[in-house]
Amino acid sequence: MKKLAFLLGAAALILAGCPESSSHTRAVYMLLDTSGTYTAELNKAQAIINYLLGTLQPGDSLAVARIDTGSFSEKDIVKKITFDGRPSVSTQQKRDFRDAIDKFVAEVEGSPYTDITGGILQATETLYETGAGRKTILVFSDMEEDIKAGYVRDIPFNLQGIEVVALNVTKLRGDIIDPRKFMTRLEEWKTKVEKGDGQWRVVNDLERLERILQ
Amino acid sequence: MTSFPFLSASPALAWPLLIVLAITLLYLARSQAHRAIAASSRVVANALRLTSRSLRIAESRIRLRNREVLLAEGLEAVEKELEREFQRVDAVVKRDLQSYPAFHRHMADIITRIDEDYCQSTEVPPSPPSWVTAIEAVAKVKNDADGGVTVILEGIHKTLEKHHKTAMEEYRRASRTRHGLLSKMMPFWRKLSKTLEEVGKTITGLQERSRVIDSKMAEYEAIRAGSDSAERRLSSSSLTQFVVAGLVMLIAFGGAVINFNLIALPMSEMVGGGSYIGQFKTSDVAALVIILVEVSMGLFLMESLRITRLFPIIGMMDDKMRRRMIWISFTILLIMAGVESALAFMRDGIAADLQALRQSLSGAEAAAASSKSLIPTVGQMVLGFVLPFALTFVAIPLESFIHSARTVLGLALAALLRALTFLLRLAASIVHYLGKTALTLYDLLIFPPLWIEGKISRLRREPLAAAAAKEAKS
Repeated sequence: MKKLAFLLGAAALILAGCPESSSHTRAVYMLLDTSGTYTAELNKAQAIINYLLGTLQPGDSLAVARIDTGSFSEKDIVKKITFDGRPSVSTQQKRDFRDAIDKFVAEVEGSPYTDITGGILQATETLYETGAGRKTILVFSDMEEDIKAGYVRDIPFNLQGIEVVALNVTKLRGDIIDPRKFMTRLEEWKTKVEKGDGQWRVVNDLERLERILQ
Repeated sequence: MTSFPFLSASPALAWPLLIVLAITLLYLARSQAHRAIAASSRVVANALRLTSRSLRIAESRIRLRNREVLLAEGLEAVEKELEREFQRVDAVVKRDLQSYPAFHRHMADIITRIDEDYCQSTEVPPSPPSWVTAIEAVAKVKNDADGGVTVILEGIHKTLEKHHKTAMEEYRRASRTRHGLLSKMMPFWRKLSKTLEEVGKTITGLQERSRVIDSKMAEYEAIRAGSDSAERRLSSSSLTQFVVAGLVMLIAFGGAVINFNLIALPMSEMVGGGSYIGQFKTSDVAALVIILVEVSMGLFLMESLRITRLFPIIGMMDDKMRRRMIWISFTILLIMAGVESALAFMRDGIAADLQALRQSLSGAEAAAASSKSLIPTVGQMVLGFVLPFALTFVAIPLESFIHSARTVLGLALAALLRALTFLLRLAASIVHYLGKTALTLYDLLIFPPLWIEGKISRLRREPLAAAAAKEAKS
């Protein structure tokens, strides 16, 4: 039935439609927390990136960046790519991307500070540049921000049309003692994202990776 | 309740009072109410009946039109069949009976030859020897003492034996010659018998054809006469065709879907996987267009071959032009089949590459290096090459489907209109009787004043009736 609908619809659209691609493509920007305590979790991030590489289609964009002391910088982008429209080329690009991430995970050094806000600001900028129809920021972090003195991060977000997904938000020692800290932290991020017209989601169950991109 | 304070003051009294008031009002408005109810029910019922009648007229028109179309199509079909039968008869006559004079001459030659041989083979009785009378005369001579007669007779005996021997040899030679002639006749007999057999077969074939033509002619006459049985037969055949053609087209649709899946992925290698037309990927649309072009070329090919007659303009083209069209459509189809085969090959490569990537992403690097068989690749390529040609034949069921759909849709529409007519008539009757029921219920509600009215009118009528009876008696 779906095929029939497609065949009929497509036949009608041949006459009426005109080629366009932006609204159908997806852009994903993944922020990896490289602060000292969280570096050990990066192998999980690798699995997520592999899942993304297997899921994203030709024409989609993917960027992976690290969260460090000052994340609002292009230098923190580990790899950024818009996959070619040709499947054979895009497959090769995905292989290269995976190799780059593998190398990064193997060589990464822990960062003393965690500038999540800067990372999100950089992600927003990059995602808007892609012109993709669906934009997602994946934040692989415990969401505990630690800004270096002197860095100004009291900036409101502009996340219109962007979904922010917090992944693998681990509980810190303080959270175990007082769970309210954990809840407050997540609530604060939610408020901050929603104030910037963005959508907020938390996915901690990494067994079901399909939930990341809905 | 606030408007009528007495109601709230004493409800036990108020309700009967209200009922009496209502009954009085209803009684006073009885004739107007009756007229209003009757008129409204009549209006609705009449409107429904009118609509039902127009639908019935429309249905009968559709049925008539359907009948005309069905008979016309039936006539055309039988005409075609008859034409084909006559063509076959013509072919048989041309092939076998055109050479009949030569045949006949050949047979006459054979018969003459057989006759001559037969004449030559007849046994000629040996002529009686003329000197037998002389022997008889010598035999009658009395035997004398010197035995001269005996010597003569012995000489005659010897001569006779010699002659007998010669005659026997002559007879044997003649018999041998005759037998030779008779055995020479055998192949001619066989040839004659074979020739006659062939002629017999041809005649029998022609007889069978003539029987078929007779039955077709009877059918043709029945259709021309517009008999109900012919109409029923044609509509049933049309329904069967519709169902069968629909089924075959469904199968063809399945083939088209498989074809689509074969070429959609590699098409993204050409037009890009990220571009869209509306809601659909450009590569999918391109694959669909290729399939539709193939189907169109198949249609043109079938039309040019005069297998189908969906486009009369193609059928009416002169033979040279038509032949050109056959070659053009076939060439395009062949190129398309080649392209599809190449795309199927490309698809296999892309799919294998994607599979290897997914396996490596999931950490199953070893599985990616599994043995690579050529069978799926070759299978896909063959499928990609064959499917366009297979889709060509969809023109035949498509033609049947379109032709029978006209009749089937007409029948369905007529049935729908008939059902609507019935429902509207039913609704009209229901409204009519509902109006009557409403009138009766109205009277039931105001039965006390009606009962009183009846009594009073009876009381008034009785003295008048008595006076009339008295007058009649006097």
